[in-house]
Amino acid sequence: MISLLALSAYILLVSGEISFGQQAYFGIGAYISGMVTAMLGWPLWLAILGGCLISGLSALLIGILTLRLSGLYFSIATLCFAEMVRLSLFSIHFQIDIRGEKVGPNGAEGFADIRWIFENDVSPLQFMIIIYLFLSIVLIFLFILERSRTGFIMRMIGQDALLAATQGINVVYFKLLTSLYAGLIAGLGGCLYAHFSTYIEPNIFSVMLGVHSLAYGLIGGLGTALGPVLGVIVDIGFLEGIRVLQGYRMIFFGGLVAIILVFRPRGILDEEQVYRLKRWLQKF
Amino acid sequence: MINFLQNCLDGAMIGSSYSLLAISFTIIFGIMGRINLALGPSIMLGAFLGTWAFINLEVSPWTVAMVTIIATILIGIYVERLCFWAIRRDVAMASMVSSFAIWMQLEEIALNLLPERTYPFPKLFVSGTIEIGPFFLRYEHLVTFGIAMLSMLGLAFLLYRSRFGLALRAVSESRKTAAYMGIDPNKIIFWTFILVSFFGGIAGYLLLATDQQITPNFGLWATLKGLIAMMLGGMGSLVGAVIGGVVIGIIEAQTQWYLGNAYRDLSVYVVLFVMLIFHPGGLLGNQFAHKADIKFKRV
Repeated sequence: MISLLALSAYILLVSGEISFGQQAYFGIGAYISGMVTAMLGWPLWLAILGGCLISGLSALLIGILTLRLSGLYFSIATLCFAEMVRLSLFSIHFQIDIRGEKVGPNGAEGFADIRWIFENDVSPLQFMIIIYLFLSIVLIFLFILERSRTGFIMRMIGQDALLAATQGINVVYFKLLTSLYAGLIAGLGGCLYAHFSTYIEPNIFSVMLGVHSLAYGLIGGLGTALGPVLGVIVDIGFLEGIRVLQGYRMIFFGGLVAIILVFRPRGILDEEQVYRLKRWLQKF
Repeated sequence: MINFLQNCLDGAMIGSSYSLLAISFTIIFGIMGRINLALGPSIMLGAFLGTWAFINLEVSPWTVAMVTIIATILIGIYVERLCFWAIRRDVAMASMVSSFAIWMQLEEIALNLLPERTYPFPKLFVSGTIEIGPFFLRYEHLVTFGIAMLSMLGLAFLLYRSRFGLALRAVSESRKTAAYMGIDPNKIIFWTFILVSFFGGIAGYLLLATDQQITPNFGLWATLKGLIAMMLGGMGSLVGAVIGGVVIGIIEAQTQWYLGNAYRDLSVYVVLFVMLIFHPGGLLGNQFAHKADIKFKRV
């Protein structure tokens, strides 16, 4: 699920923008989908569709508003938006009675009992499979995107937006498209997260989450969509596995990341490395 | 009306230390075109070391201040060497993420040093209130304001009246040209980090001494406040940073008074968001905005 967030940050990184605010769409997706399944009793697939759409649309809206900004200005504007979302979530008290129990987001207390997967007898294992299914769908989509004209143009805008514009590319359109995709993917991650953990609160969607996802993208590498996933695996899978480091994990991880970035400033799997790997694979 | 003015006063007093933080960010950004996210956490860890000394060795508030500032400077040097000096010059984004990684590291060290969430921080040697006409001023706020103003004056003197300041401004204007003039940019950047950590340490100490408590969240808080004040004032402008800090202090004080604690942070973000959309250059420093942007964009 965090991988999805990292992937959403990755799309924006590829198109040359650094967003500190992807966690906002993650949070919007989580709250919307949680509300419709827990309070209105909608099925999961419809909730995911709705959650994604709303996060995507809000991403598009913010994209339109921040169109003029780039670089650090864009980062800080998205950061502002994300914090605005998070702080507003604190003041949402909207609960209804369902079978004698109060359900719904309750400000700082959080939003508990999103029990769709229990009520519909979906075992955790099955839900994990659903999550991986969605993750692979997104990955496949991104792979196709990378090979398509759109993906190529995104990378081009990331390298030099002005040059892209002189080639007759509608930079505004593609920037908005990127924001939309990034919002959709982050929203999807949020929907799955809400139903997996059954409990969400505004503080989960803090700046830390957003910057983490950014860091994953950059550690893994900007060359391929597998990069951010690799970043997540390195952090959560590898380092959490080593029990000896308990309590000191971040000290090692932080140091490791800093050192990786000294030698490979665009991540482990950067464009060059991906090219070399492809050449190597072609030999067989 | 009196309440309004009183809030303005309080806000400006607290805001002066935000200004110091914002200045620290602005100088680093000006000279390198990069953001040091780890500045807040290094202040936090410095202050944690000070608190540790205060709890275990029972030293005086003066020593705590010294320990805080010196530790902040040492951590600043560490951050500079690892995240900025070692990383290739044309990848600004990597520096930023790398400084974030170091942030995680510093926070974990702080948590291992003092595992509880909240610790008392020694207050300043003065306390109480002073009454001027209808207004009340806390001594801590006055001292904060005074020290912040003194540091800013000292900084202005250093930047505009000394050879080091001249070199610093030359490097932030153009690194290459400065190098042709016989200035060693790496050395200047190194000393700039020490300078910035020094002022950051002072600002952190003042803020914590007013609050009288410290949590590991202080790092995030300080970084955000510094960044926001810098953006509000206008990037690359020192005067803008000072004004941005004070404006944020005032906005916070006013919303806290009229709307309550919950809206305090929210209002600042809303103001900055609207500002960025309609006038991205900030209150001041429009002429710098374009140049700074280009510097940052070359990832």
